[in-house]
Amino acid sequence: MSEIRIRKPETISEAHSEPVSTTDSSSVRQSIPSPADISNVRRFLLSRGNSAIADRAFGGLMLACAICIFVIVALIFFELILQSQMSWHKFGLPFFFKYNVDPNTGAPLFWDPVNGTFYALPFIYGTLVTSLIALAIAVPLAIGMAIFLTEMSPRFLRSPLAFITELLAAIPSVVYGLWAIFVLVPLLREHINPIFIGIFSAPWVVKVFGWTHLVGDDGLFGGVNLGLGFFAAGVVLAIMILPIIASLTREVMTSVPNSQREAVLALGATRWEMIRIAVLRNARIGIVGSIILGLGRALGETMAVAMVIGGTPQIQESLLATGNSMASVIANEFAEATTDIHHSALIEIGLALFLVTILVNSLARLLVWAVTRGAPARVN
Amino acid sequence: MKAGMQKNKVRSAVRATTDHLVTGLAILATVLVVAPLIAIFVYLLYKGASSLNLAFFTQGPKPEGVAGGGMANAIVGSGVVLAIASILGIPIGIGGGIYLAEFGRGSHLANAVRFTADVLNGVPSIVMGIAAFALVVVPMHHASAFAGGVALGIMMIPTVTRTTEEMLLMVPHSVREAALGLGVPNWRSVLSITLRTASPGVITGCMLAFARVAGETAPLIFTALGNQYFSVSLNQPISALPLQIFIYSASSYDDQRRLAWAGSLVLIILIVLAVSLVRYVAGRGILKGAS
Repeated sequence: MSEIRIRKPETISEAHSEPVSTTDSSSVRQSIPSPADISNVRRFLLSRGNSAIADRAFGGLMLACAICIFVIVALIFFELILQSQMSWHKFGLPFFFKYNVDPNTGAPLFWDPVNGTFYALPFIYGTLVTSLIALAIAVPLAIGMAIFLTEMSPRFLRSPLAFITELLAAIPSVVYGLWAIFVLVPLLREHINPIFIGIFSAPWVVKVFGWTHLVGDDGLFGGVNLGLGFFAAGVVLAIMILPIIASLTREVMTSVPNSQREAVLALGATRWEMIRIAVLRNARIGIVGSIILGLGRALGETMAVAMVIGGTPQIQESLLATGNSMASVIANEFAEATTDIHHSALIEIGLALFLVTILVNSLARLLVWAVTRGAPARVN
Repeated sequence: MKAGMQKNKVRSAVRATTDHLVTGLAILATVLVVAPLIAIFVYLLYKGASSLNLAFFTQGPKPEGVAGGGMANAIVGSGVVLAIASILGIPIGIGGGIYLAEFGRGSHLANAVRFTADVLNGVPSIVMGIAAFALVVVPMHHASAFAGGVALGIMMIPTVTRTTEEMLLMVPHSVREAALGLGVPNWRSVLSITLRTASPGVITGCMLAFARVAGETAPLIFTALGNQYFSVSLNQPISALPLQIFIYSASSYDDQRRLAWAGSLVLIILIVLAVSLVRYVAGRGILKGAS
């Protein structure tokens, strides 16, 4: 009886809306009561029409929306390739590692829109250097904070701290840039950079580490101290990716089962040993994932970097020198570019950025996903 | 025997010290992170609040060097661009979220969509700008408010999709079953029962996406381009708040810098509202209480 009941609405509504079709098997028809027998509620519902078509259409529409996301990614990819074709054909793969030499001075010449020289090497260098500075500053602090929040913090502090990190992760990049121009850059120039310059050019440091070529006047902190440059950009990036790495690391650490902690504590471990053995070891894949995700963000971050990096296409060892990153050169030059080849070269940089961030983000998502949603991490 | 005990004592002393040391380091890291962040935040609030006045909302930009002026044209421009972005991004985003939560649950396609949305979320905003440039500006041969809206709309989709999915998944099964049990067609049950139950969450998700793209500058630089004058035309270059902040940040005039700070404050207030709303809705368990 109940089986027939379930089938009823479809069959009846068909009969209701069209003349009774003769193809229906008579055995089913006989078991169905005539329209007069069905209750008022049911008649009311049936009067609202056949839902099979509407359901299918609705499902299809939602599916189309979901497919849209694929289409968008494919379309972006396709358009970037199409628009960068000119530069691709003209410079080929050497676009990313070659450079011309200035005939007069002998200095390397990377990027000269006026004379049509476009090689992206200095921007790749700038992106890598600023991202590495950012990671070097942000990762230890973020992991320390995550450990504090998950394992040590009193309960009443957790929620406000999490709220603040969430808030800061959402502040627009241009606002960080504004802050960096007017507060961070003067601060670096007046107070922080002199400390580093002092350390890196102290006589005994030069004597001991001179062979690395990282110290002294042409080392990491040599040259003119403008405040602007790779170091300032790296510091801003660090501030911007800290909340992301911290909150994701916290999430991963929270997902380590408590039984693991209890087991280690029961063996007589101190709290730090418990964190090291039970938490960090189990969560390490996820932590690496969150760091990579932070890296992905740092690679693509545009406005704050564009505002403090200085905007010159050069490669210099000094972190105090000005430069440009892949994202910031697009932001700085695209609107002013007049020649097609200039546009095309900038779009090719964008294409490279797109591919790299997709790669980095996919990797990070897989790692984080493996820890938080997939099977529990292996215990060695 | 005695030596062994001594050794143990030393070892446990070392372990205890390490433990304290690490605790101290973790606290130090937290302070080092939180203190500057709070300082930045308070500084932004202070700078913005001391620069904000009524003229900011009512007047357009004055020529360089002339005192006064406001960002009314940029606020209107942001409104136009964001309206286009919302019209494009929110329906597709919600549709995608409904598919993930109601139709494709557990299927390979849904996993792929979810993954693609996450990846799209990580694509740098400047690349979105180039994509919108190639898709809209190149065929139209000039920058326009519409192009800026397309860039921001694409950026809204992944956020809206993922929050919609999450919120729909929080709706208890019994609600869906009750609707279907009454004979409501599936599409109706999804739209007026499930989505409606989850609507506080879905709306805050949309607000969050809205607030995020409201602060985006990079995709607008060469799509909306900026405009000195009042404009609401979709076919013309248009100004936007973050774009104007970016332009004014490089200005040497105090008045323009002041406007940039005030503009930042407006963006920050928008962000704070959106983030607190999300926390309020998700934390209070409005959805769970609905069962």
